[in-house]
Amino acid sequence: MTSPSHAILPGRGGMFGTLSDALWRNPRLLLFVMLAPPLLWLGVIYLGSLFALLAQSFFSIDEFSGLIRYEWTLKTYAELLRPSNLDIIARTVIMAVSVTLASAVIAFPIAYFAARYARGKWKALFYLGAMLPLWSSYLVKIYAWKLILAKEGILNWIFAKLHLTALLEAWLALPVIGGNSLSVSYTGTFLVFVYVWLPYMILPTQAALERVPESMLEASSDLGASPAQTFRHVLLPLALPGIIAGSIFTFSLTLGDYIIPQIIGSSRLFIGQAVYAHQGTAGNIPLAAAFTVVPIVIMGFYLWMAKRQGAFDAL
Amino acid sequence: MQTAVAFSKVSRHFGQVRAVDGVDLEIGEGEFFAMLGPSGSGKTTCLRLIAGFEQPTFGHIEIFGETAEGVPPYRRNVNTVFQDYALFPHLSVADNVAYGPMIRGVPRAARMKAAEEALELVQLPGYGARQPGQLSGGQRQRVALARALVNKPKVLLLDEPLGALDLKLREQMQEELKTLQRSLGITFVFVTHDQGEALSMADRVAVFNHGRIMQVGAPEEIYRAPRSRFVADFVGSSNILPPEAVERFAGRKAWASLRPESIRLAATGGRAATVLGHSYLGAATRLTVDMDGQRLTVLLPAGADVPANGTRIEIEWKASDLHVMEDDT
Repeated sequence: MTSPSHAILPGRGGMFGTLSDALWRNPRLLLFVMLAPPLLWLGVIYLGSLFALLAQSFFSIDEFSGLIRYEWTLKTYAELLRPSNLDIIARTVIMAVSVTLASAVIAFPIAYFAARYARGKWKALFYLGAMLPLWSSYLVKIYAWKLILAKEGILNWIFAKLHLTALLEAWLALPVIGGNSLSVSYTGTFLVFVYVWLPYMILPTQAALERVPESMLEASSDLGASPAQTFRHVLLPLALPGIIAGSIFTFSLTLGDYIIPQIIGSSRLFIGQAVYAHQGTAGNIPLAAAFTVVPIVIMGFYLWMAKRQGAFDAL
Repeated sequence: MQTAVAFSKVSRHFGQVRAVDGVDLEIGEGEFFAMLGPSGSGKTTCLRLIAGFEQPTFGHIEIFGETAEGVPPYRRNVNTVFQDYALFPHLSVADNVAYGPMIRGVPRAARMKAAEEALELVQLPGYGARQPGQLSGGQRQRVALARALVNKPKVLLLDEPLGALDLKLREQMQEELKTLQRSLGITFVFVTHDQGEALSMADRVAVFNHGRIMQVGAPEEIYRAPRSRFVADFVGSSNILPPEAVERFAGRKAWASLRPESIRLAATGGRAATVLGHSYLGAATRLTVDMDGQRLTVLLPAGADVPANGTRIEIEWKASDLHVMEDDT
């Protein structure tokens, strides 16, 4: 074995040797090589189709022939603002807001436990518990919920065993949120939405709470704050960026979903279903595109608000 | 003098670990009291017991004559300066300092005035509008101090308050804390592992080891008359002489402590020793010598002649400087 006698070793030579030397000398070149394919993909395929969609919404459909007229017009948007369509938008936004608020409320204690108390095995169990629902098929979960919420389902059975059927029926008798059974009511849609999107709220909230040092809470208590005051003045403001990050998921996913309200809920449409119906059976691509623009605009506004709240400062 | 904090037979166990193990302690009102010890010796747990973040497993704690166990931190008129300062990152410096008054429902104008006064007290006037993230470590420490003092606590607890500061700043803060404590007259209890800090700042020092108090006393007393080998070794550095050697010098068979600075080089009539090595410390030179198989550290003041390694020398000390210790731990 010969030990190297020079302080500077000779180049390895060959194509790969030359290439790695060149990339070492030009870090920008490496960056370019790594970023060009995904940027190309994002730029052309993703943004391109998005702009194509946006363009579609400024065309209109010929009411007699059902063909698309390729002329710039705001006619489709006028159609979008019809009361029946506004109903769909309002229904979807209200659902998204309710689902987000409920997820935040349910996720907080779980995330708090995981961040503050769970260690080792318990922490692993928490991650498993939070992520497990994400691993099984979305459709399977929704059909499972349909069975749970059905009139002959387990939930009704439990209510009956607890002699609380009257309570459930009183709830279902309520206008708008009620219905024939849970599986065909907004309440059912809401429950399934919350279940399906909850992990997306728990994980960012837990990450934010994890970054709050124990001494911060002790300091608040030390300065005379009761647990409720500590929650209000220290814990909630510090966890807010995480909750907002989570709400971006729950809010946008609810805005865009078209499968859950189709399987569980009343027959009244949500934005996703409207898009699906207009681009499919109705063949009204411009209106479908205009409908798609609605969640994009709402999310743009929401993200802007979230940015002002500092939700992305920690990224 | 009223007793500010009293522990009687207080223990705090974490599972099998006895973090605090049967501590008896009395801290007087207006006292500057230091809890000194290596990490894991129970000193911080004692501080947290006073603050209320920990509850004793056994024993009884009184703060100004009132029972403290079972009382949550927010109902104790005791404030803490945390080791990591624990400033609220989402609040400005002024809002941080005014947090206590805000919780008590003091109107905004009044609490902002109080906060500004507290900031002046810690020599940060006009810093109220800044965010904690914009401050240096030393400034954050002052804000943490102001945030505690604004509440006019009966006892101020300081957990390694100067640990994160560099040497110069630390010395400056030591002086300031002392001055502040004297002028406010509030009882200060501070935890440190730095024996120099404890000796220079405190009126009284409690030396902790393994969850127990090894000795309580004034700094000079602790330094001059350590009761045990642990205290002699932990507070300052010392030559610990085994009972066999002590029997020859003092006639008693017990462990003894001999401070390096109390050993002098003698012209004649001293005890023979050989120089093994030396290191230059600036204000002094430290010699390691061998005296009949007993290794000793000798501190020579600057300006003294330093014998070369290997030289035979003679050393001496005053009989009163050889401190025979009561405990054999």
